[in-house]
Amino acid sequence: MPTFYENKQLVTPGDLLAEGNYVAGENAYKEDGKIYSTQLGLVDYEERRVHVVALRAFYIPYIEDTIIGKVVDVGFSGWMLDINAPYLAMLRASDVLDRPFKPQKNDLFSIFNIGDLIIAKVVAYNRTRDPLLTVGEPSLGKITRGQIVEVTPTKIPRLIGRQGSMISMLKRETGCHITLGQNGLVLVSGKTLEDERLAIMAIRKIDQEAHTSGLTDRVTKMIQKEKGGVKHAQKDN
Amino acid sequence: MTQIIIPHITQKQIVQSISDGKRLDGRGLTDYREVQLEAGIIGSAEGSARVRLGKTEVLVGIKIEVGAPFSDIPNEGVLTVNAELVPLASPTFETGPPGKEAIELARVVDRGIRESKAIALEKLCAIPKKKVFIVFIDIYVLNHDGNLIDASALAALAALLNTKMFKYQVKDGEIEIKPGYTQLPIRNHPIAVTLAKINEKLIVDPELGEEQVMDTRLTMTIEKDGKICAMQKGGSGYFTTQQIMEATKIAQEKSIELRKLMVKG
Repeated sequence: MPTFYENKQLVTPGDLLAEGNYVAGENAYKEDGKIYSTQLGLVDYEERRVHVVALRAFYIPYIEDTIIGKVVDVGFSGWMLDINAPYLAMLRASDVLDRPFKPQKNDLFSIFNIGDLIIAKVVAYNRTRDPLLTVGEPSLGKITRGQIVEVTPTKIPRLIGRQGSMISMLKRETGCHITLGQNGLVLVSGKTLEDERLAIMAIRKIDQEAHTSGLTDRVTKMIQKEKGGVKHAQKDN
Repeated sequence: MTQIIIPHITQKQIVQSISDGKRLDGRGLTDYREVQLEAGIIGSAEGSARVRLGKTEVLVGIKIEVGAPFSDIPNEGVLTVNAELVPLASPTFETGPPGKEAIELARVVDRGIRESKAIALEKLCAIPKKKVFIVFIDIYVLNHDGNLIDASALAALAALLNTKMFKYQVKDGEIEIKPGYTQLPIRNHPIAVTLAKINEKLIVDPELGEEQVMDTRLTMTIEKDGKICAMQKGGSGYFTTQQIMEATKIAQEKSIELRKLMVKG
C-alpha cells in the first residue's frame, strides 16, 4: 500500500497519490483502489485519509461556517449576498427582524443596503439549494468599521495556525481585532490606519507564503521590524 | 452584474485615507503602481506589447495592411485604434459590440497618438490617392483593476516602438512586398497620465476602488517636449481652474517618469 508523494508536496490534477487501503478526502477520488488528485495543490496524508489542499479555490459553503458577505441585491423578503462562492447566499428578512415581517411596512433598504458587508453564519446549504444565512447570534451582523482583506479561502486554516498560534500572534503584535470569514474575507479593525495597514501586510504575506514552513516566526519578525521602522520615523520627525 | 460593488466601509476608507495624504495600498497621492512592460510578445503581429500596472493588464497588438486612403488626405497612411474589454478581465465586461467604456478607451488612446503626430503617416503612402498603409492598433484588456487608459496608452506606444514595417516596392500600380523589415517611423512619444479627484485631492493612477468613489477624472497626454496634445475628462464632477493647473504640472512630471521606462536615454 504505497503512497507516491511526501506530505505537503505539490500535485496536479490526475496525479496518482496512493494505492491500496486509503480513503479519498477533499479534492481526491478513488478508482480501482487508486487515489488521484482533482486539483492543483498540496497533498496531505493523514493516517488512511488522503486529501489535497488546493492552492486556489472558490469557497464552498459548509453549515456552521462564519463568513463575511457583501449585499448585492435587496429583494421583497430578504437580501442576496455575494459570499465569494459559486452561489449567491440568501439572508431572510424574518431572520433579521425579531417581530413578524410585513413587506409593505418594513423597508429592507434601511436595514442592509447594497454594498454593506455582513458577518453571518451558514445555516443551510446543499448542492440543490443556494446557501441560507443567519445573523441571529451575538457578534454577527453589519460591519461598521475596519478594513477588508481578501485571501484564498483554502488558506484560512493557515491564517489561524496550529491551535490558533498565527491569529493570536497577529492580534497581539498589531493590536487589531481580526475576524476571519471562512470564505476568504478577513475583517481587520484597529485603533489607527497604520495598525490596520500592518495587519493587512502580514495577512497578505501569509496568503502568499502559506505553503512554506516557519512562517509564524518570519511574520512576527516582519511585524516587529516594521513597527520599529515606524517608531524611528516618528522620532526623526 | 453590471457594476462592481465596492463595500461602503471600503469606500469611506479610501476617501478618509486620501484626505490624510495616503492611499489604502500605501502609495502616495502621486505614485504610480509598479509598471511592468514587455514588448514584442506576439510573433504573428507586426508589433506588440504587454503592460501591467499593478493588477491591471493590457495587451496591444499592431497589424499593418494595405488599403485605400481617406479622400481628404490622399497621401497619408491611416491609423485605426480599437479596444476590446474581454469578459475575463472583469465580471462587468460582456461579450458583444463595444460599450461606451471601450469606445472611450480606444478614442483617448487614438487621440494621443494622432494629435502628437507620433506616427509619420505621410511616409506610409505607397501610391497617392490609391494605396496607403493602414496601422491597426488593437487593445485587449486582460485584467481590469483601474486606470485602463494609462495602461493602454503605454502599451500602444511600446508596441508602436516595437513595430516592424515590411519592405515593399511599387510596380505597375501594385504593391509588391519584399523580404526584410524596417522600423515603423515614430517621431513622438505621447504618454497618457490620468488623474482622479477624490474629496478635493488629486491622485494619479486610480485603482478600481478609487475609480468607483472618484468625483471626476482627467486624462492628459503629454508629448516628449512636455506639451499637452490631448485631454479627456470623465465622470460627473468638476475641476477648478487651479486644480487643472496643478494636474498639468503633475502630469508633466509623471510623463517624464513613465517615458523613461520605454525610451532609453
